[in-house]
Amino acid sequence: MISLKKNFNIAQFQSLIALFVLCLALALLTDNFMTTDNFWNVMRQISVNVCISVGMTLVVLTAGIDLSVGSILAFCGAVTAGLLKNGLSIPSLNLFIGFTVLGAIVAGFLIGGGLGFVNGYAVTKFKVPPFVATLAMLTMARGFTMLWTKGHPITGLGDSFGFLGTGWFLGIPMPVWISGLVVITAVILTSKTRFGRYIYAIGGNENASRLSGIPINKVKIWVYSIAGLLAAVGGVLVTARLDSAQPNAGISYELDAIAAVVIGGTSLSGGRGTIWGTVLGAIIIGVLNNGLILMNVSPFWQQVIKGMVILLAVIIDKSNQKSE
Amino acid sequence: MTALLEVKEITKKFSGVTALSNVNLRLEGGKVTALIGENGAGKSTLLKIMSGIYTDFEGQILFKGQEIKFSKPKDAQEMGIGIIHQELNLIPYLTVAQNIFLGRELVNAFGFLDREKMINKTKALLSRLKLEVEPTALVGTLKVGQQQIVEIAKALLTESEVVFMDEPTSAIGESEVEVLFEIINKLKAEGKAIVYISHKLDELFALADDFVVLRDGKVVGQGGVSEISRAQLINMMAGREVKVVKKPTKNCTEEKVLEVKNLGLLNPENPQRPLLKDISFDLCKGEVLGVYGLMGAGRTELCESLFGLNHRKLTGSILLNGQKTGFKSPIEAIDAGMALVPEDRKKDGIVAGMSVSKNLSLTVIEKVSKFGFLSDVLHTKLYDKHVASLKIKVHNEDQAIKNLSGGNQQKVILGKWIERNPTVLMLDEPTRGIDINAKNEIYELIARLSASGISILVISSEIPEILAISDRILVMSEGEITAEFSSEEATETNIMNACIPENMNQ
Repeated sequence: MISLKKNFNIAQFQSLIALFVLCLALALLTDNFMTTDNFWNVMRQISVNVCISVGMTLVVLTAGIDLSVGSILAFCGAVTAGLLKNGLSIPSLNLFIGFTVLGAIVAGFLIGGGLGFVNGYAVTKFKVPPFVATLAMLTMARGFTMLWTKGHPITGLGDSFGFLGTGWFLGIPMPVWISGLVVITAVILTSKTRFGRYIYAIGGNENASRLSGIPINKVKIWVYSIAGLLAAVGGVLVTARLDSAQPNAGISYELDAIAAVVIGGTSLSGGRGTIWGTVLGAIIIGVLNNGLILMNVSPFWQQVIKGMVILLAVIIDKSNQKSE
Repeated sequence: MTALLEVKEITKKFSGVTALSNVNLRLEGGKVTALIGENGAGKSTLLKIMSGIYTDFEGQILFKGQEIKFSKPKDAQEMGIGIIHQELNLIPYLTVAQNIFLGRELVNAFGFLDREKMINKTKALLSRLKLEVEPTALVGTLKVGQQQIVEIAKALLTESEVVFMDEPTSAIGESEVEVLFEIINKLKAEGKAIVYISHKLDELFALADDFVVLRDGKVVGQGGVSEISRAQLINMMAGREVKVVKKPTKNCTEEKVLEVKNLGLLNPENPQRPLLKDISFDLCKGEVLGVYGLMGAGRTELCESLFGLNHRKLTGSILLNGQKTGFKSPIEAIDAGMALVPEDRKKDGIVAGMSVSKNLSLTVIEKVSKFGFLSDVLHTKLYDKHVASLKIKVHNEDQAIKNLSGGNQQKVILGKWIERNPTVLMLDEPTRGIDINAKNEIYELIARLSASGISILVISSEIPEILAISDRILVMSEGEITAEFSSEEATETNIMNACIPENMNQ
């Protein structure tokens, strides 16, 4: 078992209490919140954000940021859907390749990882600030999505693919299985491997890390590639759930992911934070969304409230740091 | 006569370490007071208190007999205390005039910036300081010496009555030094009190009326400059009657571990003045080679170049164990057996938020892993080993390294390299900013490591330190090696003489 003591801090304890209070309030204020259906509903809804946020956490821990995950999600979802439905035909070579579900998914993952790699390469080899490099990728990947889909949704992807988004296994929805697997892997990666230690060291002090012989560029390229890959995972989940790849899927998902990371207590200046914290952050956002809908709060107010929660979380985190 | 500025019983502590203890100071108008002391004696701390940067301390500051309290640097400025910091605090992308008026811009009746007035005032100031640059020139385009004068102009703008100057000549040339001395004498004649901080004793004798010597945060001597000799001052600073224990020179009969031949490092900003020029030396097995030089002499650049940084701008060759090296990164240098304890501990040494045991294992992460996963047990083992052998004072292995004292942080950094058992260990200012006990422990450690066969290159700007620990001493100035001494030949005077740039030109 992964040691809870070391992976838990004050910020997360506070988040946990906040989540508990939130759930308690919703249980009292609404009839439908404390039902099994609603529980799985919330869990399924957050699983996409969890996947992206985990990747975002890794990037933010290195003191970077990845704005491109929403667009990468859309592109990879569309690639998988398109390959699955239409295959790949290259008329000039008189070539047609059909794809199985697995093949289409792997292709989507490769593209996600590849675009992440490009982000990482730009950030390390060309020293482009992460904000700018991934902003450029945000725009490019959205453009690729539009080119690939010609602006139209790709629908009708078959039951076996749809199972990934809507199916259940051992009483738990598939997206929850997948995001859970992502979380566990990432927790082990960050707390139990050299790679994870390097991520924290680079975010904590890049100079000291370089002088200690840590391969900064390699680690960062991997981190951005993983963030791209996890965006692709999110893309497959979204596409499978809707049985459709929407060309404008995933817009502003990067902001939800950053919000989860920040609420979870990860410092945007790098080196401090945990995967568990981010998961908590994503759950808080998910429960808040769900609760506000159940309480019939206007969507406009929902945004205001979400924004305030993010601000509050960071203010509390800052005051924690000061008192340390 | 009442003093212009009086400092009474000032004590300042940093997380338990006393930086200043019961310091008293009396500054009179029309006098230059030299404030001297070795690195870490507390000069900069005192300066930061006087400039309103540190506001929590014990003791009093009296200005013309009135007690004053600063809550921010601007308070000190407005009170008439001008500070010229050692490191330049200028913004390169702003003009000279914009920098001088930063934070106290002049505005016209409508509340808009009064550009013309500021430029005219700047012109007047610059001509007073004999600096021939346009007020509209960008500061980034000026030479360092010129920037230093701009910094002085900034302090003069407010017509400060007390001016603190922290090593104002460390970055400027001889002709500029003359101008500076003229300015200081003029200010003195105007009845201002000047505090002049410098390492260079010649300057103090030429300039100062009074002196104050700080050592380990205490005032250990003060009086009139005319009543004291150079030797007495040095003894006060060092705190010992030439008690430097010299090591017997080890003859380099054993194998040469590191051979540096004609090493050069280009200066991208100024191709005419390379950062390193024609550096050649050998380092033997188990030898401690001290490198002395003033700031900007190229000492740090030398270490970095040997460690695989700057490889694109390097010329010449470096041989390690007889093999030619061409390290392209610290990773390659480390793999080959090099190690570097950097000068700026906070910026380049520690990962501040990480625990002591994680910092210790940064260089040897494979040693604390089992089957590819990090092992808590192995971390603890590594931690226990080094805490015991290096006498690191720490609560537990999960304590963040930033909460340790400077000396203990340095021991952790040393520990992470010792664990790799390097061939060549480079120590860049290994005792900067750490207390005297930890210093001595580090000296002992250096002796122990060299005895075990590790070749050590130590950079230091403290002559007593260099004399105490080195088998051999190189002196650098302006990117070149200007002298080499065996530990028997080396004295404070001949090292000092070799490191002053002017001497070479004669």
